[in-house]
Amino acid sequence: MSELTTNPNSLPAGPDIRPKLSRDDILMRGSMIVIALYLVATLVLPLYTMLSKSFSTYRMELSQYEFQVSDEAGQFDGVILPADELNAQTNAFSDTDLATGSDGRLSVTELFPDFSFRSPVMYQIRNTSDTGRFLVGSTLQDGTDWVTLDSNAFRRVQLRPVQSRGLDNFVNYFSTPALFNSIKNSLWISVLSTIVTVTLAFWFAYALNRSCMRFKGVFRLIAMAPILVPSLLPGIALVYLFGNQGMLKEMLFGASIYGPIGIVIGSVFFTFPHAFLIISTALAISDARLYEAAVSLRSTPWRTFWTVTIPGARYGLISAAFVVFNLVITDFGLPKVIGGQFNVLAVDIYKQVIGQQNFEMGAVVSVVLVIPAILAFVIDRMVQSKQVALLSARSVPYQPTPNRKADRIFLAYCCLIGLFIIGLLAVCQFAALIKFWPYDLSLSLKNYDFNKMDGGGWSSYINSIKLALLTALIGTSVVFFGAYLVEKSNGFRTGRSIFQMFAMLPMAIPGMVLGLSYIFFFNSPSNPLNGIYGTMAILVICTVTHFYTVSHLTAVTALKQMDREFESVSASLKQPTMKLFARVTVPVCLPAVLDISIYLFVNAMTTVSAVVFLYSPKTTLASIAVLNMDDAGDIAPAAAMGMMIFYTNAAARIIHLIASKGVLGRTQAWRNR
Amino acid sequence: MKHKTKLLAALALSSLTANVAAAETELTVYTAVEAEDLARYAETFNASNPDIKINWVRDSTGIITAKLLAERDNPQADVVWGLAATSLLLLKSEGMLEPYAPAGVGDLDAKFVDGDNPPAWVGMDAWVAAVCYNTVEAEKAGLTPPTSWKDLTDPMYKDQVIMPNPNSSGTGFLDVSSWLQMFGEEGGWEYMDGLHENIARYTHSGSKPCKLAAAGEIPIGISFAFRGAKSKADGAPLEIIVPSEGVGWDMEATAIVAGTANVEAAQKLVDFTVTKEANEMYNTGYAVVAYPGVAKPVEHFPDGLLDAMIDNDFEFAANNRAAILKEWQSRYDGKSEAK
Repeated sequence: MSELTTNPNSLPAGPDIRPKLSRDDILMRGSMIVIALYLVATLVLPLYTMLSKSFSTYRMELSQYEFQVSDEAGQFDGVILPADELNAQTNAFSDTDLATGSDGRLSVTELFPDFSFRSPVMYQIRNTSDTGRFLVGSTLQDGTDWVTLDSNAFRRVQLRPVQSRGLDNFVNYFSTPALFNSIKNSLWISVLSTIVTVTLAFWFAYALNRSCMRFKGVFRLIAMAPILVPSLLPGIALVYLFGNQGMLKEMLFGASIYGPIGIVIGSVFFTFPHAFLIISTALAISDARLYEAAVSLRSTPWRTFWTVTIPGARYGLISAAFVVFNLVITDFGLPKVIGGQFNVLAVDIYKQVIGQQNFEMGAVVSVVLVIPAILAFVIDRMVQSKQVALLSARSVPYQPTPNRKADRIFLAYCCLIGLFIIGLLAVCQFAALIKFWPYDLSLSLKNYDFNKMDGGGWSSYINSIKLALLTALIGTSVVFFGAYLVEKSNGFRTGRSIFQMFAMLPMAIPGMVLGLSYIFFFNSPSNPLNGIYGTMAILVICTVTHFYTVSHLTAVTALKQMDREFESVSASLKQPTMKLFARVTVPVCLPAVLDISIYLFVNAMTTVSAVVFLYSPKTTLASIAVLNMDDAGDIAPAAAMGMMIFYTNAAARIIHLIASKGVLGRTQAWRNR
Repeated sequence: MKHKTKLLAALALSSLTANVAAAETELTVYTAVEAEDLARYAETFNASNPDIKINWVRDSTGIITAKLLAERDNPQADVVWGLAATSLLLLKSEGMLEPYAPAGVGDLDAKFVDGDNPPAWVGMDAWVAAVCYNTVEAEKAGLTPPTSWKDLTDPMYKDQVIMPNPNSSGTGFLDVSSWLQMFGEEGGWEYMDGLHENIARYTHSGSKPCKLAAAGEIPIGISFAFRGAKSKADGAPLEIIVPSEGVGWDMEATAIVAGTANVEAAQKLVDFTVTKEANEMYNTGYAVVAYPGVAKPVEHFPDGLLDAMIDNDFEFAANNRAAILKEWQSRYDGKSEAK
């Protein structure tokens, strides 16, 4: 009997078994693709357009022009002189002379070494192709017919450039020291601010988590206050404190606040809450057994600090450092207000785009700025993914023990930090109420008469609230639904991981860069979405995209806590997934949903960098008004508007708190059965 | 669902018809006029033309110019009302202006009207450079008042002067272009090299140096006379100095943007801008206006300013603008920190 062997390799391949897609699956994948397409249209495509714009250059094409020169009697002999051949003979213009910007001009008389505007010689000039353009005085000539001019008129001829592609912009950038220096400036200012902020925030978080001092709740609240104001506001406060008429000017010993000093102090203020939150989370979880071991090994507190506390919080510290670095290097409002002549990358983008409308150079600086931002982001993500399982099931949570002396020192330290934060805010409010600093110190509300200033007046305040509400509403829906789809749908692995990648990308892209890329993408007449340019819609889209990542992560974290069994149960009960989503998922995750919406609201109120390129006369914003009023020299009204943003955000926070409490009472009762 | 769509359609239709009924034309007007004057200008215009609504887009001269140039292929503005003539010459050379001879243009001083017929732009008023000098702060710092541009390069004024960045500010540009015209190309740059040593910083807008001088942040702000007069009226301890070599100036002017969908309304607006009434309105702040015989002396305006105005070559300024700004940037922008 022959043995029956089954060799799996020789068996015919069975049919591919693919689970049949249910209607729900199709719906979920369809929706996921829609949201992914949204991210492509609002993030990937604009960035691509911007990158290609950075290679777009303007050049004088001499081959496009031809000349004829007459004799002294004004007779032309018919010899045609192409401009490029003339240049080859005379070497009047080098290659770099011909590379120029969109509004470049080139005077042609240098091509004729014996030109004199008093001679009776006549000149003729024409374009050889339809793309050629030149000016006679201020009159544009773009036809291909000969234009006859006397010598005096001929010296007023200016050639205009045509568009081409190449690396000229980058060459130009790296050969202009004024621009190039900004890289160095940006880097060292960010590193310095990062070191200071992380150190200060670490001890603050340490005091709140590892000591028994009093008023911890109050300090926690104070530490979060800077999140509620635009980053420009500390700059304005510093002008009033340390400017040439500042209240505490002497404390700087003659140094000027306009420059790196101001940027660093202001950066510490506005990045403090971010660093504090991350480090505080890292310090909150720690294993008391390690400390017990340290004590029984007779380790000194100093040694314990370096061998137990710091290693335990190391991921938090590294993560905080990169987040702060990223915030500082991409921030634009603060260096704009207090930077003086100290150029940084983000302000360069603004100067190139808004000051000179040199969009190509703006795109080049953006590309340069994106590199450190992405690097910082990638390292941060890598570190964060390692921060797991510090706290195992056997850990004993660490409980600080009272120590009168240490607690007093910590309290004093926290008071100092609190004074710094509250002080800057109070200075702004005070300045806003003074009639004419420093010559007339009487109180008045004159600085609140925004309608008489730059920036769009009170309507920009209303617009900001509209933007914030719309961003919160639309952003929360899109982000949470997207996170749900990516977290809970079956199969479709590649699609889901691509979606995850898109969702993480916005965090790495600086606001200025995002805003600039929107101009390129949405303002081109060939874009079918061109209609939204200059409307509130583009501001909402830009803000939602800009703050997508953190919202997405919050939603994913909340959804991960929900068992996938819910989906299975609803499927076996033949209930559509969308019903489950509306009836179960959203109510259970309501705390996260509320958190996302307040996060989006507050950021939409304070954001400057992303929307500064996109607002139109009908959609001016409060945060932009602060910037514009400061630009025009109306510093006190700028402070007044900044404080309006603060109060609005504080009110929104309080409403959020009350709403959460009310809603939680109704929907989260199951949590404490 | 169906009902909802119907309702929406009805709503959309009714809002459309409502618009037609009101028959109000909206004009997008780009301007570099001071923000606090805009409401007054619009009000005066609406008194005679109540059916045209003005939507202002205001920014510094350089920015409005650059914005218009950038929107060359997709213009957003209908009218430009109150922009430097130098800038309008640039726009004209791009073929972006719609030539139009407003009713009554013949009454204006010919110097204030574009040479072509019909003119591409018509002038409103002249704005003139001046130095704002804070007497209180200067005394504290032990300074003596400068009388000429050359004085400002004196080492005594080190870090005591602020001027606008010509890249973004029209006032800054007219200063630079006037120095180049008065002192010659080489002499002009040499002068600015010296001045740069004394500059504390360059600002984005042309009025900010004077406002900073008014607030005592700096003793000396290079700005324009009108702004100085206003801050002085607000009670700032300012003296407005007219440098003896002469002062740069530029004209504020009006033009219709080619391709506007609202030509008729735009023409009405431009017609208004050349009237005597409009010129009287400009005169509140500007001592020199286009309509002869209207100008009354402006309070706090310095004496001898009009005689000091140089013979400005607008075409030189317009055609060399890009080259001048490039040179300026490579010499002074951001360099002060690198040293």
